[in-house]
Amino acid sequence: MIDNQDFNNVALKDTPFYKAQERVVLRNCGVIDPESIEEYIAMDGYAALGKVLTQMTPDDVIKCVSDSGLRGRGGGGFPTGRKWSLCAPVQAPQKYVVCNADEGDPGAFMDRSVLEGDPHCVIEGMAICGYAIGATKGFVYVRAEYPIAVKRLQIAIDKAREMGLLGKNIFGSGFDFDMEIRLGAGAFVCGEETALMTSIEGKRGEPRPRPPYPAIKGLYGCPTTENNVETFANVAQIILRGAEWFASKGTEKSKGTKVFALGGKIKNTGLVEIPMGTTLREIIENIGGGIPNGKKFKAAQTGGPSGGCIPAEKMDVPIDYDNLTAIGAMMGSGGLIVMDEDNCMVDIAKFFLGFTVDESCGKCTPCRVGTRRMLEILEKITAGNGEMSDLEELEKLAEYIKANSLCGLGQTAPNPVLSTIKNFREEYIAHIVDKKCPAGVCKNLLRYVIDPEKCKSCGMCKRACPADAISGERGVPYSIDPEKCVKCGACYATCKFGAISKQ
Amino acid sequence: MANTITKIPFKGTKEQQEELFKAIDVYAGQSGALIPVLQEAQKIYGYLPYEVQKMIAEKLQISMEKVYEVVTFYAQFSLQPLGEYNISVCLGTACYVKGSGNIFDKLQEKLGIKNGECTPDGKFRLDACRCVGACGLAPVMTINDDVYGRLTVDQLDGILAKYGFGK
Amino acid sequence: MKSLEELNAIRDKVRDTVVIPDGSDKIRVVVGLATCGIAAGAKPVFNAIVDEVEKAGLGDKVSVVQTGCIGICQFEPVVEVFEGGKEKTTYVKMTAEKAQRVVEEHLKGGKPVVEYTIGANLN
Repeated sequence: MIDNQDFNNVALKDTPFYKAQERVVLRNCGVIDPESIEEYIAMDGYAALGKVLTQMTPDDVIKCVSDSGLRGRGGGGFPTGRKWSLCAPVQAPQKYVVCNADEGDPGAFMDRSVLEGDPHCVIEGMAICGYAIGATKGFVYVRAEYPIAVKRLQIAIDKAREMGLLGKNIFGSGFDFDMEIRLGAGAFVCGEETALMTSIEGKRGEPRPRPPYPAIKGLYGCPTTENNVETFANVAQIILRGAEWFASKGTEKSKGTKVFALGGKIKNTGLVEIPMGTTLREIIENIGGGIPNGKKFKAAQTGGPSGGCIPAEKMDVPIDYDNLTAIGAMMGSGGLIVMDEDNCMVDIAKFFLGFTVDESCGKCTPCRVGTRRMLEILEKITAGNGEMSDLEELEKLAEYIKANSLCGLGQTAPNPVLSTIKNFREEYIAHIVDKKCPAGVCKNLLRYVIDPEKCKSCGMCKRACPADAISGERGVPYSIDPEKCVKCGACYATCKFGAISKQ
Repeated sequence: MANTITKIPFKGTKEQQEELFKAIDVYAGQSGALIPVLQEAQKIYGYLPYEVQKMIAEKLQISMEKVYEVVTFYAQFSLQPLGEYNISVCLGTACYVKGSGNIFDKLQEKLGIKNGECTPDGKFRLDACRCVGACGLAPVMTINDDVYGRLTVDQLDGILAKYGFGK
Repeated sequence: MKSLEELNAIRDKVRDTVVIPDGSDKIRVVVGLATCGIAAGAKPVFNAIVDEVEKAGLGDKVSVVQTGCIGICQFEPVVEVFEGGKEKTTYVKMTAEKAQRVVEEHLKGGKPVVEYTIGANLN
C-alpha cells in the first residue's frame, strides 16, 4: 500500500514532463470548459479584443504584433505582423480573415487540441486580425476528421455572437466582424493557403500561382490574410501582455513558444509547449522521458511530409525556425516524431514520399510526376535492386522538384528524402550495396535464420510457417529455405527459444 | 485508384432523396455550396454514387463534370458504399513508426480486400487514414465508433471475431 | 457586448468558479474530454463522477466540468481536482470505478487517493 502523504506532492507541475514547459497557447487547455464563454472571459478572455477596439488603432495593433516577433506557426514562419501590414493598406469593399485549421501533417494534433480546449482564443485572435487589416468576415477551415473540434468551435462562435462579441458594433466601437466554419474534405494540399481558399470557394483545392498574393487577391478575389490556429491563439496574449513580454521569450529570430505533438518511440507522448530555443535533447530526454524499452535514439522527424529527420549528433541545436532549416528539417506545424534503432530511415523516406504522391493535387508536373519517379526509385532500393547511381538520381530529381513546383507541397516534398540521404547515407548504402536493411524493416532484404545451437527442434516454427519453407525433424535442428520463405515473421514470433533471428 | 465506380446497384429511398433536397435548399445560392452539400449527401447515403451526384448537379444547376471533379479530388468522398463495419487503420507518422503498416497489411490479407474496398458480402470495409489525433495510443485503428489503441498484429483475430468475422 | 466594464463584470462574477480562491470550500473537478481522452474512455469517467457527486449530495460544493487536453496522452483519462489554496491533484488512467473512490474519499472525505495520482504512476 502506498500511504505516504509526501508522495502525493509530486504535483503535475513538478513532473519532468511539465517543468520545462511554458504555456502560452495552451494556457487554458485543461483548465476551462471549452463550451463556456464565461469561463474563457474569467481567464481574461476577450479583454484583448476590448482593448484593441477601445484603445488602439489598426496600425497600433499591427505594430504590436510586428514588435512581438511572432512568426506564422503553420510551417513557413513568415512574420505575422508583416503579413497583416501587407493586407491592411489594400482598399477593397470586402476583405477576409482565414484561419487554417486543416492540420494535415499526419502525427500532429496541436491545432485540434487548441480548438477542442480553448476555441474562443482563436475567435478572439481572428477578430483582432480583422480589425487590424479592415476585414469584417472570417472563415475557419477545419478538417472534417475533427468532429469534436468542429462542434466546440461552432458552439463558441454561436455564444460569442449571442454575447455580441461577434456581429455588429462590437464594444460599441462601430467594428463589425463575423465568421463561419468550412469543413475540409481530406486533401493535404488544402493546408497550402491558396489551395485552402480555392477549396472554401467550393472547388478542387488546387493551389494558385503567386503573385498575386492573397493579401492583394485571395478568397473570392478579395484581399485576405491567412494564419493558422496556433498563430491566432498567440495574438490575444501579445496584445494583453505586450510585445516586449512575448519578444523576451525564445531566440533572436524566433520569439515566443512552440507547441509540439510529441509521438512515436518516446516514453511520454503528448502535447508540449516549450520556449523557442529549447534543445531537442531537452524535449526528448527530459520532457519526453527518453526512448522506451532500452532502445537507442536514431532520429526525430519534424515538419511531417515537408520536413526532415534530425540525427543524434544534432540533438543539442536550439530549436527555432532558422536552425531547423539549416540542419535540413523544418519547424512545420509541430509534429515531432521520435524514431529508434528499429526504424529504417529509407522506409521512413518512402513512407513520406508515398504520402505526397497520394496527396499531390496533380496540377503541376514536377510534383505530380517527379515525386512518383522518386518513390519508384525508393521502392527499387528497398526491394533490393538499388544501384549507387540511384542516390544521385534521387538528389537530382529532388532539386528539380524543389525548384519547379507550384506550391509549398511540391517544393518541400523531397525534404524527407534529402535529409535522410544527408544524415543516414550509410543506411541507403547498406540497402544498395550489402542488400541489407540494418533495422530489419524492409521485408525483401530480410532473411530469417535458425540458429542450430539454440534450436530445440520442437517443430513449432514448421507448423506456424504458411509457406512450408521450414524443414527438419525431431532431434535435428530445423532450417528455413530462403527461396520459399515469404518473410511473414510467423516462425520468429512462435519460437520460444529465441533461436530464429532476422538478418 | 481505389475510388472507382461501384458495381453495386444504387438503393436510395424516397426519404433519403427528400432529405438531400432539404439539405441542398439550405446551401443553394451560397458561394462555395458544393462541398458542404456533398458532405451532407455522404452523411445521408454513406457514399456518393453516380445517381446522387447527378441529383446534386441538377439541383445546384451545375454540370455533372464539376461535381465529379470535386468528388474525386477529396479523400473524404467515397464512390464506394460503406460496409456494415468500417475499419480504418491510422497510417499517420506516429502510428506508422509504431508498426501500423504491418497491421494494415495483415488486415488486407485477412479480409482479402485492398484499401478503400468492401468485402463481397458488404460486411467489412477497410481504409487507411491519416491521423485520428489519438497519437498517444499509437498504433490505432477504428471500427465504426470503436477505437482500438496500442494494437499488435496478434490482437486482430480476436477483434475481428467480435464483429462476426470468420463465422 | 457594449463596453469593457460589461466584460469585466462577467469576468469578476465567474472568476471564482474557475480559479478557486484561498479559503473557499468549493471544489472544481475537470475531466479531459478531448479526442484523445474520449478515445481512452473519459466519457464514462465523467458520467460516473457526475452521478457519484449527485448521490453523495455534494452538488452544491463540487462542480464537475469537461475540459480540453492537458497534453499527457499516455495517462488519459485524466481527472484534476482544484481546491482553494492547494496545489491541484492530478488523477491519471482513470476508470469509472476509480472515479467512485475519488468522489468518496477525496471529494467527500477530503483525503486524496494517492495511488491514482500522477505522482504514484510516473514509472
